[in-house]
Amino acid sequence: MNSFSDIWVYLSQTPLLWLTLTVSVFYVAQTIYTYFNNNPLLNPVLISIFILVPMLSLTNTPYNTYFTGAQFVHFLLGTATVGLAIPLYLYYDKLKQLWLPLLLTLLIGSATGILSAIIIGKLLGVSQITLLSLMPKSITTPIAMGISEKIGGLPSLTAILVILTGMIGAIFAPFLFKLIKIKDHSIQGVAMGISAHGLGTAKAFQMSQETGAFSGLAMGLNGAMTALLIPLFLYL
Amino acid sequence: MLGSLALLLIFQLVGEVTAKALALPIPGPVLGMLLLFIVLIVRGHLSDDLKNTAQILLSNLSLFFVPAGVGVILHISLLQNEWLSLSLTLIFSTLITMLITAVVMNFFLKHFKTKKTL
Repeated sequence: MNSFSDIWVYLSQTPLLWLTLTVSVFYVAQTIYTYFNNNPLLNPVLISIFILVPMLSLTNTPYNTYFTGAQFVHFLLGTATVGLAIPLYLYYDKLKQLWLPLLLTLLIGSATGILSAIIIGKLLGVSQITLLSLMPKSITTPIAMGISEKIGGLPSLTAILVILTGMIGAIFAPFLFKLIKIKDHSIQGVAMGISAHGLGTAKAFQMSQETGAFSGLAMGLNGAMTALLIPLFLYL
Repeated sequence: MLGSLALLLIFQLVGEVTAKALALPIPGPVLGMLLLFIVLIVRGHLSDDLKNTAQILLSNLSLFFVPAGVGVILHISLLQNEWLSLSLTLIFSTLITMLITAVVMNFFLKHFKTKKTL
């Protein structure tokens, strides 16, 4: 027993354990997801969180300790974001034709994302600090956390709300597009990127390269647009 | 692979430093993406290697969200108090945003297309 706790003490001080678990658990979650024909309800991020959170609780591991290991995975989010330039470039010709409708859509979609969250949240009695943390929910995590901090929300809470939003978007997008009969890949991509940022984009890439490219673009632009709109809405 | 990864990291670094130095409201990686996009347009050429490296990263994009998602553990008590109103808000707001965006863009695309043909 003593040797086991020695090993535990050793492992809990290196990033190796939680890094390995993060990647392995996600791998298992993704295998489950593919096994069930990419059933949107079995979102691999969701499954991973449902497995990892009890693991941390049961072992009394603080989130900071977990993050020293998981930060290497977290870091790649930035690098992958830069990589979005590549699919974007591949659809540059189509993009050139669509820039004006795209810009107008972005403005309306971005405002809808922020305002709908505040209005619905207020109606349902969500507390003030949660409302502030909720405002940037539709954009990519790092920028959303930055905005949340600036306007007096809780950045770590914002990170969760952003991810939940992304999962909801990824889960419901296929149903929604079927329901409203939207088949155009560029429209699907833009709608997913604006409403569900990177997780929507990840799902969009599974639907098609074109959907993914447009989703990535919309996500990037929406980050900038939301950063401009939120201070404006708060001022009003 | 290695060269392309270095290239992506360089653009991430440049984006991060520029965003910080100019105190821009855009996050570094998004700026890095826009810079790389511009460079690719100017060069007018994309190597297969860069394409494949980006492909590998992007096909695993969901994984990179897991660490931040596990952070839910920090707010479990708050979420327990507000879980119902919060989940309803997130679901409705996200669906409304996606719906309106899709409908609006569909409208604009049709509008601009008919204008062109006239």
